[in-house]
Amino acid sequence: MTAKLSLRGVRKRFGDHEVCKGIDLDVADGEMVCLIGASGSGKSTLLRCMNLLEPIDDGTIWLDGTDISEPGLDPQPVRQQIGIVFQSYNLFPHMTAAENVMLAPRRVYGRSRDVLRPQVERLFSRFGLGDRMDHYPDQLSGGQQQRVAIIRALAMEPQIMLFDEITSALDPELVGEVLDVLRDLRGQGMTMVLATHEMGFARELADKVCFLDAGRILEQGPPDELFSAPREARTKAFLSRVL
Amino acid sequence: MDDASLPDGASGRTVAAPTRREVYEAEVRRRSNRIALISTASVVLAIVFLVPLAPGWEAVQRSFFNGRVFAATFPGLLNAFLLNVMIFAWSAPLIAVTGLAIALCRDTRAPALFPLRLFGIAYTDIFRGLPVVLVIYIIGFGVPGLGLPRPWNSPYIWGTLALVLVYSAYVAEVIRSGIDSIHQSQRSAAASLGLSERDTMRFVVLPQAIRNVVPANMNLFIALQKDVALLSFIGPVEVFRQAGVYKSLYANFTPYVGAALIFLVLTIPATRYADYLMNKQNRART
Ligand SMILES: Nc1ncnc2c1ncn2[C@@H]1O[C@H](COP(=O)(O)OP(=O)(O)O)[C@@H](O)[C@H]1O
Ligand SMILES: [Mg+2]
Repeated sequence: MTAKLSLRGVRKRFGDHEVCKGIDLDVADGEMVCLIGASGSGKSTLLRCMNLLEPIDDGTIWLDGTDISEPGLDPQPVRQQIGIVFQSYNLFPHMTAAENVMLAPRRVYGRSRDVLRPQVERLFSRFGLGDRMDHYPDQLSGGQQQRVAIIRALAMEPQIMLFDEITSALDPELVGEVLDVLRDLRGQGMTMVLATHEMGFARELADKVCFLDAGRILEQGPPDELFSAPREARTKAFLSRVL
Repeated sequence: MDDASLPDGASGRTVAAPTRREVYEAEVRRRSNRIALISTASVVLAIVFLVPLAPGWEAVQRSFFNGRVFAATFPGLLNAFLLNVMIFAWSAPLIAVTGLAIALCRDTRAPALFPLRLFGIAYTDIFRGLPVVLVIYIIGFGVPGLGLPRPWNSPYIWGTLALVLVYSAYVAEVIRSGIDSIHQSQRSAAASLGLSERDTMRFVVLPQAIRNVVPANMNLFIALQKDVALLSFIGPVEVFRQAGVYKSLYANFTPYVGAALIFLVLTIPATRYADYLMNKQNRART
C-alpha cells in the first residue's frame, strides 16, 4: 500500500527554534490520522508544512508519490489538493457564508456562481446550514462558522483535509455539531489529518494516533494501543494529564 | 427605608417602578447637568460682558463683525465657495484612485516590480515631506511657465495636480496601514484555498483594509476641503480669494469671518461624522 501523503525527515525551524525535528509520517488513502500532544509541541506547524503554508527546511513530502517539497515549486496546485481548517475559522468577515465558500472555486477553477450555487447549497444543507448561506460570519455562532470554514475547504474538492484543533475555540455545547461533520466526512472516506485535544473522538474514529513531543513523533499506533498501552513514559504522562 | 421612593406597600415591585440604582443614577445625572449648565453659563456671561470692555473691542467689532458688510458679501462668498466644492469634487476621486495605486505599488513583493516599490516609497516620502502650498507654487507656477498652449496653462489643471500629488501620498499611507492591519491569518486562509496573491489582495485583504480606514480617509478629505483654498495663490478666485477681494473693496475683515463660517458649516459635521465612524469601529473591534 502506497501512502497518499508521506513525510520523511521533515524539519522546520523558526529562527533558532527547531519546531519539527525530523518527522516521518504516512497517511494512507481514506485514513484518519490524529496528532496529539501538548501545546507548543509542533502540531499546527506540521499541518501547515503539509499544505506548504510553511516551507520546510529539510526532508521530503510526497503527495501521491510526487515530491511536493521541492524548493521553488508552485504551492497553489498542492493547496487545491490539501485543504486546511483552522482553530480560529478565519472566515472572510466581509463576505456572506456562501460567498466565502464560492470565492476560491470561482477564482481558481473559473466556475460561475450559477454553476456553484446548487453544489454549495447541497453542502450547506448536508451540514445543517441550509438557512445560513447568506448570513455574514458575525451573524453565526462559533460552531456554525467552523462548519462554514469546513464547507469552504471542501468546495475546492481536495483529496486530503487537515484540521487544526478546530473545536478548541468552541463553547463545549457547540463541539458536538462540528465533530459530527468530521464523522460524516470520515464516513465518506475522506483522507484526514487532525490535530486535536478531543481524545474521546480520536479514540473512536482515528486509524492512527501520533503523539508529538517537542517536534518529534515520539510514538504512533492504532488508538486502542496508544491510549491503553502507551510505551513511552512521556506519552503516559501526557495521557494521564488529558484523559 | 431604602424603598421609600417605591410605590407604597409593594412587596413585589410594580413593573414600571425604577430600581434603587436607576433612581440614584437619575439623581446623579440631574446634578451633573445642573453643574455643567451653571459653569457654561458663567463662562459665556464672562465673555459677553468682559470682552466688550477691552479697549480695542469697538474697532474689532467694526472691522470683523460688521453686519452690513456681512449681508452684502455673504451671497458672493457662497457663490465663490461653489468653486471650492467643484475643485474638491474632481480632486477627491483622483486622489482616491492615485492613493490606492501608490499603496499597491509600495506593497508589491515580486522582484521584477521592485522599481515600482521604490517609486511608491519615494513618492510618499517626498509628497508627505513638503508643505502643500509649496507644491502648489512649484507646480502651479512652474509648469505653466514652460509656455504651454491653452488649455494646458490653466491653474486649475496644475493646482489640481498639486493637490492630487500631496493628498494621494497621505491616502496611500493610510490605505497601507489598513492593509497591514489585516491579520496574517486572513492571508493564510486565502492561500490555503489556492488563491493567488493577487486575488488574495483584491478579494480578501483590500476590501477589509479600505473599510477599516474610511474614517481616517474622511479626515484627510476634510483637510483637503480646507486646502483647496490654497489654490487661490495661483489664480482661481475661490472663497478665500473672494473674501480678500471684498476685504479690499469694503476695507473690512468681515468677509473673512463669513468665509470661515462657510467652512465650519461643512467641516464640523463632517469631522463629527468621521469621529462617530471611528468610535463605532473601535467599539466593534473590542
Ligand atoms: N510563525 C512562527 N514564528 C516563530 N515561532 C513559531 C511560529 N509558529 C509556531 N512557532 C513556535 O513553534 C512552536 C510550535 O508551535 P505550534 O506548531 O503552534 O504547536 P502546537 O500547535 O502543537 O501548539 C511553538 O514554540 C511556537 O512558539
Ligand atoms: Mg496549534
